[in-house]
Amino acid sequence: MLIKANNLTIAYDNKEVVHNVDINVNKGEIITIVGPNGSGKTTVLKALTRIIKCKKGEIFLEGKEIKKIKDNKIAKKIAILPQTRNTPKDFNVETLVRYGRFPHTNWQGKLSKEDKDIIDWAIRKTGMSHFRKSKLTKLSGGERQRAWIAMALAQKTEIIVLDEPTTFLDLSHQLEVLELIKDLNKSENVTILMVLHDLNQAIRYSTRLYVMEKGKVIAKGNPEEIISSKLLNDIFNVNADFYEDKRHECNHFIPYKIERKIHDRRNIE
Amino acid sequence: MIKKANIDSKIDHRVFKIALIFIMFIITLIIGISYGSLKINIIDVFKAIFFESDGLNHNIIFNVRLPRNLVAAMVGINLALSGVTLQGVMNNPLASPGLIGISSGAGFMAFVIMILFPDYAYLVPIGAFLGAISTSFLIYLLAYKQGVSAIRLILSGVAVSAFIGAGINILMTFYPDKVSGGLSFMIGGLSGKTWPDFASIWPYTLIGSVLCVLLSNQINLLQLGDEVAIGLGLNVEKIRRIFIIFASFLAASAVSVAGLLGFVGLIVPHITRLIIGSDYRYLYPATIGVGAITLVGCDLIARILFDPVELPVGIIMAVLGAPFFLYLLREKK
Repeated sequence: MLIKANNLTIAYDNKEVVHNVDINVNKGEIITIVGPNGSGKTTVLKALTRIIKCKKGEIFLEGKEIKKIKDNKIAKKIAILPQTRNTPKDFNVETLVRYGRFPHTNWQGKLSKEDKDIIDWAIRKTGMSHFRKSKLTKLSGGERQRAWIAMALAQKTEIIVLDEPTTFLDLSHQLEVLELIKDLNKSENVTILMVLHDLNQAIRYSTRLYVMEKGKVIAKGNPEEIISSKLLNDIFNVNADFYEDKRHECNHFIPYKIERKIHDRRNIE
Repeated sequence: MIKKANIDSKIDHRVFKIALIFIMFIITLIIGISYGSLKINIIDVFKAIFFESDGLNHNIIFNVRLPRNLVAAMVGINLALSGVTLQGVMNNPLASPGLIGISSGAGFMAFVIMILFPDYAYLVPIGAFLGAISTSFLIYLLAYKQGVSAIRLILSGVAVSAFIGAGINILMTFYPDKVSGGLSFMIGGLSGKTWPDFASIWPYTLIGSVLCVLLSNQINLLQLGDEVAIGLGLNVEKIRRIFIIFASFLAASAVSVAGLLGFVGLIVPHITRLIIGSDYRYLYPATIGVGAITLVGCDLIARILFDPVELPVGIIMAVLGAPFFLYLLREKK
């Protein structure tokens, strides 16, 4: 087991936002955390990647408690693609990808032959060879996202953690990024842990799902089995018709808004 | 292999720029020493420094101009390094030594000493230094809450500086006749700076420059955002604290010698960034050069422009530097 988190409780300013969450990540999986806005998905991701501290609970990376592992060692195992990040104006794709080698190089950041080969490989793998010298700020949203994924890839880690990698991208770029993630998982055996908003995409691309609501995991497991009409109704207040996606051999649903909640609101008013 | 050459080609180009900047610094320094009320040609300058031990030239060069120009260079380096560091650790282009209370703390102590204890005016540098360091420490503490976020530090800095500014204004209101001494500190200048001033600043310049250049690869990561930096294995909190301590000592040592030269710490880093880009491994050495050139050059102009009247260097810097910066800003896009 790559990551094992027990009983995570996370608080911002003493206000608990995540309660007693358990999450396991096995090697080779694509794990997606889904749930409504404010359900604590990103918070859990941040805790697992030690961006924020937990109030309670413990996290193990390959059986060792993460608190006891050096930052630089963790960075060789887990790469993170957070949502909040800053793009310096004069950085080109290659400059960014070079930073992926930071945990592997000495304090000067001097790149060895191997480091340079890995940078080349990461750029090629993400299809960014043509944009190698392009400024990040000049790229489209999808290309920029691929450049950041290339940086994470150059870190050469067992696992890549992505926080809503498709947000703000148009449909074709969303697919492009998800296909890239799937390909990295298949061909490079990179384990993926991510948060997604689009449930259909989550069903299609994940091996396992965690569904969160109000800071708790309320369902987990095989996407086909856990995403049901009842669950959508309970959590998102929508009904849905389920269809079989023959091309991808998975379920696909089309949601429609249910009336009940509107009545509820009227009653309150 | 072709690709490998690709990776390295840009580096040489920047090293070349840094070399140029340092050659310009040496030239500026020599011109700065040879020009003044009395123009002394370069050969005589060298003679006066290295061979003569007495005489008019020796006295002017060795006892007045050389130390003053060296102090100017050190002040420029320290303020510019401090500014470029703070902009990096706060990830904010408007960060400057003034932001972490250096100016308000130093200014307040200078006013207190000049107005309330005028007999101890010789204590202004050390007082300003302590005022600057303790104010920046206070701001850091006030901003601390499970770590220090850039925005909280900036806002704490603004609030504390406003509070201390009120203190300065109270002193100025109650002792209007004694304001002038403190005022010259506020404007900043290098008039009459000599070897003892040099002795009190060079250790900071040396240690600061070396440490900044050594840690440049770490500050680079902060530019990508805290979360990305953590993901790459950087102890963001620790690195930020170390750099803020550097920055406050560098700036405090500079203002204690030369007063509040606000411009250098804010604009010089931006000018340098436009020249060489934002990779701190190159930006740091370049900033050292450009900071030194800026202050030595502006001090030269301040001395000779209305000779024999000498302008405070801060005025020259703002009048020339601000338009130059605006020019660069528009040219680049």
